Amino acid sequence: MSTWTIFKRELSSYFSHPIAYAVIVIFLLLSMIFAFTFGGFIDSRDASLTYSFFYFLPLVLMVLVPALGMRLISEELRSGTIELLGTMPLSMWSVIFGKFLAAAAVWVVAILLTFPIWISVNWFGDPDNLTIICGYISAFLVACTFLSITLFVSAFTRDQVVCLIISAFICIVLTLGTFDVFTRVYARAFNPEVASAISALGPWEHFMSLARGAFRLQDAVWFFSIIAASLFGTSAILSAKRA
Amino acid sequence: MIEVENLTKHFGRKTAVDHLSFSVRKGEVLGFLGPNGAGKSTTMRMVTGFLPPTSGDAKLCGISVIDNPAEAKGKVGYLPESAPLYNDMTVTGFLKFCAEVRGLKGNTLKDAIERVINTCFLKSVAYQSIDTLSKGYRHRTCLAQALLHDPEVLILDEPTDGLDPNQKHEVRQLIKRLGETKAILFSTHILEEVEAACTRAVIVDRGKIVVDGTPAELIAKSGTGSLTDLFRQVTTLDTAA
Repeated sequence: MSTWTIFKRELSSYFSHPIAYAVIVIFLLLSMIFAFTFGGFIDSRDASLTYSFFYFLPLVLMVLVPALGMRLISEELRSGTIELLGTMPLSMWSVIFGKFLAAAAVWVVAILLTFPIWISVNWFGDPDNLTIICGYISAFLVACTFLSITLFVSAFTRDQVVCLIISAFICIVLTLGTFDVFTRVYARAFNPEVASAISALGPWEHFMSLARGAFRLQDAVWFFSIIAASLFGTSAILSAKRA
Repeated sequence: MIEVENLTKHFGRKTAVDHLSFSVRKGEVLGFLGPNGAGKSTTMRMVTGFLPPTSGDAKLCGISVIDNPAEAKGKVGYLPESAPLYNDMTVTGFLKFCAEVRGLKGNTLKDAIERVINTCFLKSVAYQSIDTLSKGYRHRTCLAQALLHDPEVLILDEPTDGLDPNQKHEVRQLIKRLGETKAILFSTHILEEVEAACTRAVIVDRGKIVVDGTPAELIAKSGTGSLTDLFRQVTTLDTAA
């Protein structure tokens, strides 16, 4: 019940600031720019969207998710409203879930607003729409994973900029560090087990597997263990801060 | 209503609150005095359940903040020191949010909001965005939030800080009026407020209570008839080692 109250407040707060609109517009622009340039959306004669559109989303999300989420707890710490929440009869978990779900809801909106590209492929070709739905779910899960990391970082600092820099750094290292170009380097430098272990740390392997329409247990474990660990970490930091 | 027993708080090696004990009964307004850094805010944060104490306990209406925080928090209204608010909300929106968190619903919620808006004179800014409010209105909005659920215990951290003389007077009258039916603990730097609003006062220094009594007793104790003199006698300067 109180999670719902926090969720409503947070969501309306996102849309009363320019930041949610800015992040959504930039997300749409960048994802389309990637699709129409590197993705070769027009020439590829591929109606699946997997490699022309979804493939580039982690690159966009690794910076924009921290940008939208940087105020999550930092702002409460800075303005002192955490003291109001902390003295009201509600658990810190309602605050954490409410905030996480509200920011996730903004990403649902952002990701769904790319629907014109989905309509286009259905207009021009005959794609497997089930795979496209998997791609959307996969992109949403990557956003949630990055969001949970941002939430965790924001519990440490009352400074939004510090939160943005550190959480974006973590997401960028995870994403770029396991990008295709680098995994090929690792494959040459290390033995195959080590190389595949490194690439399993980053989002690509899990993201692309689901985006291709394959549901694997290890991908679900990757997404949900990072999210769960970050949420537990956030709660631990918030209690430690008060002790 | 408020019973504080041996409350202690260490921050690292520093002792902020040192085995503090006091109680506030229904119908009593306790003034909490002391120099900056004496541990007033830390004590209030522990009593309201925001900070966990290192040792000791605080009971609100007989319910321990340590053992039963959710229920104890429901009994108390709290105005934090800087009157924190969500700047992106309107006054009514903020009060509605707080009332919902407090578990108020439907008509009870509407009535509670209307009541606190009247009590705290917020009618003229009810639909205004909080970031456009003056300091006096911000303070009163935060005070309104503390009164929403008509709590039996009120804890106010410097409720008159930063207000103009008229607003100070209004808030003091309000505290006095509310104090007839509630137990109120409020901290202040302004010694004349003790005479104006309190039924009893304590002076805290370095985490310990050094003086406890009614305003008349405190004045008698000073020897000179001035609370300021007493305050200066019993507290240490922050420049002292």
